[in-house]
Amino acid sequence: MSAALAKYAEAFAAAEAAPGSPAWLAELRKAAHAEFNSIGFPTTRNENWHYTSVTPIAERTFRPLKGAQSSAAIGGLIERAVGDASWARAVFLNGQFEPSHSSLASLGRGVRVSTLTAALAEQPDFVSAHLGKLAAWNAQAFTAFNTAFVQDGLVVRVARGVKAEMPLHVLHLVDKQAAGCMIHPRLLVVLEPSAELTVVESYISERGVEYFTNGVGEATLGDGARFYHCKVQRESREAFHVGTLQATQGRDSLFHSFSYASGGALSRTNTYTRLAGQGAEVRLNGLYLIDGAQHADHQTIVEHIAPGCASRELYKGILDGESHGVFNGKVYVEPEAQQTDGKQTNHALLLSPTARVDTKPQLEIFADDVKCTHGATVGRLDDIALFYLKSRGMGADHARAVLTYAFAAEVLETVELDELRDGLEKIAFERFTRA
Amino acid sequence: MLKIENLHATAGGKEILKGVSLTVNAGEVHAIMGPNGSGKSTLAQVIAGHPGFEVTQGSIVYDGENLLDLQPEERAQHGVFLAFQYPVEIPGVTNAYFLRSAYNEIRKARGEQQVDPMEFLDVMEQKLKLVDMDPDMLHRSVNAGFSGGEKKRNEILQMAVLEPKLAILDETDSGLDIDALRVVAGGVNALKKPTNATIVVTHYQRLLNYIVPDKVHVLAHGKIVKSGGKELALELEARGYDWVLEAA
Repeated sequence: MSAALAKYAEAFAAAEAAPGSPAWLAELRKAAHAEFNSIGFPTTRNENWHYTSVTPIAERTFRPLKGAQSSAAIGGLIERAVGDASWARAVFLNGQFEPSHSSLASLGRGVRVSTLTAALAEQPDFVSAHLGKLAAWNAQAFTAFNTAFVQDGLVVRVARGVKAEMPLHVLHLVDKQAAGCMIHPRLLVVLEPSAELTVVESYISERGVEYFTNGVGEATLGDGARFYHCKVQRESREAFHVGTLQATQGRDSLFHSFSYASGGALSRTNTYTRLAGQGAEVRLNGLYLIDGAQHADHQTIVEHIAPGCASRELYKGILDGESHGVFNGKVYVEPEAQQTDGKQTNHALLLSPTARVDTKPQLEIFADDVKCTHGATVGRLDDIALFYLKSRGMGADHARAVLTYAFAAEVLETVELDELRDGLEKIAFERFTRA
Repeated sequence: MLKIENLHATAGGKEILKGVSLTVNAGEVHAIMGPNGSGKSTLAQVIAGHPGFEVTQGSIVYDGENLLDLQPEERAQHGVFLAFQYPVEIPGVTNAYFLRSAYNEIRKARGEQQVDPMEFLDVMEQKLKLVDMDPDMLHRSVNAGFSGGEKKRNEILQMAVLEPKLAILDETDSGLDIDALRVVAGGVNALKKPTNATIVVTHYQRLLNYIVPDKVHVLAHGKIVKSGGKELALELEARGYDWVLEAA
């Protein structure tokens, strides 16, 4: 075991000794911890991490957060979230659930939402049937890390044919009490056939706080289910963030994931799905806006297992300063998955000569009757478009800002929720047009 | 108002304008005609400050100022307007925002008060009628998904909003059907004042049935080879360009 891992052994022993976990979960944690120790933090020799060095995470020692905490900062952090105050809401501060700021009752009949801690007590069989069943804790270091140290999180179950009455907003807030800490949130979503749910996850933190968020989500979509997931990551510029969402989709289901990433010193968003039932559809979209020395990485894996499934991916990045963006999109088409229709697109806009993008589409196709395309561009603002705006009287800076926003707008338009889309458009617009 | 003398311009090292001289006075409409590749569009774009061309010789004086010293946005703020032959699509930015930003920039340059979105809607109401456009277009992205005719109408709408002193229409008639042509020409005529001037760049005489020029110039091989009154356009329509080129 390397020194980078050994330093977490003590924290793990302490967590293991804590009472309250059922035996199966203790076993799962133990197995995940063993996997974490054996896999270790990925290096850039690992093809999944070729363009992203996690050395800044590996060389630090993050502590688990313990004990009672003050919730004084919550109000200010909630205000910064994009969304609607009337949505159902689950608020976590530094990984701990804050019941007095949460309201989960309004999602309607047939929607059961509870914290992981509560679900372990109230519906242990359901949790044990799903937790750790999709996310690859036995193959991915950060998923193993989360599974070994998982604190709290949210468990959502939507009954057959039920459409949740409103979106569920999960706010992951961090204040300075969590400086130097690690937070391992968990999301478990089970949609029974023809159920429908929207989840917005907002990651927001106070300025200047250095910490590590390592989230894992698992979503099971039954036949005909529809799951809309938006992740809005606007953490401090000192934060480290790894987030993995693994979905599996039944027949004719729809999964739409949108990732907005503008925070963090280093962030990595993994969105993975298995198209396991015929006619399932997945749409993966993302926008990252980074500058300074920020690093933002998105990885997608779409496994076409059943025939007649469609996957659509559009990711865009706008990079300034010396920032570094990475996009790696994998599409596997299994031999059974005939009539697969896959399209992957990613575009990056470089605003400075020192910003950098690495983009790697990977298609592995084992079926013969498929339509799969991918395209990637890295570019700068178009001179003719700039001239068009200037010829209407706009100054050079304003013209550049408008075109930069326009580049982002195409992918923001894919967000279905009006309040979220409008809010993200507003912050993106202000980011580029501020003087 | 506009005095161009011995203007030479290159693109990618190739000389396209080879000594153009032209004087336009307030209240006048000038038509610039000529065969394809003669440099008509280049002349229009150089006046507006297109970054793809380099002026190597000559001068453009506009309202007593050396236009070539000004950035494209400064030219616009001084009242120069180019209706593009190929208007640029800007997905994600609404026409309302685009038009209001341009309108406010120009007002700011003139020392006038800026308008808020509500006041701007009042301004737009009458301008939209001028080019027969639906108010819904204000909420659509700039030119994105517009038909050719809608794009050209949108150019004239911008012109109506910005009220330029010198308007240059670069092949605004190309790709328009007869109804759209009438609307576009009607808009241009309605905006005509004794204090402003219009330069119409066109390949065909057709547009000049609707926008009647005071002077017609033939541009060929980067130079103006013949100038005359509106009857010259009719003669060109009947006889083609060859006789002018031969005479030159």
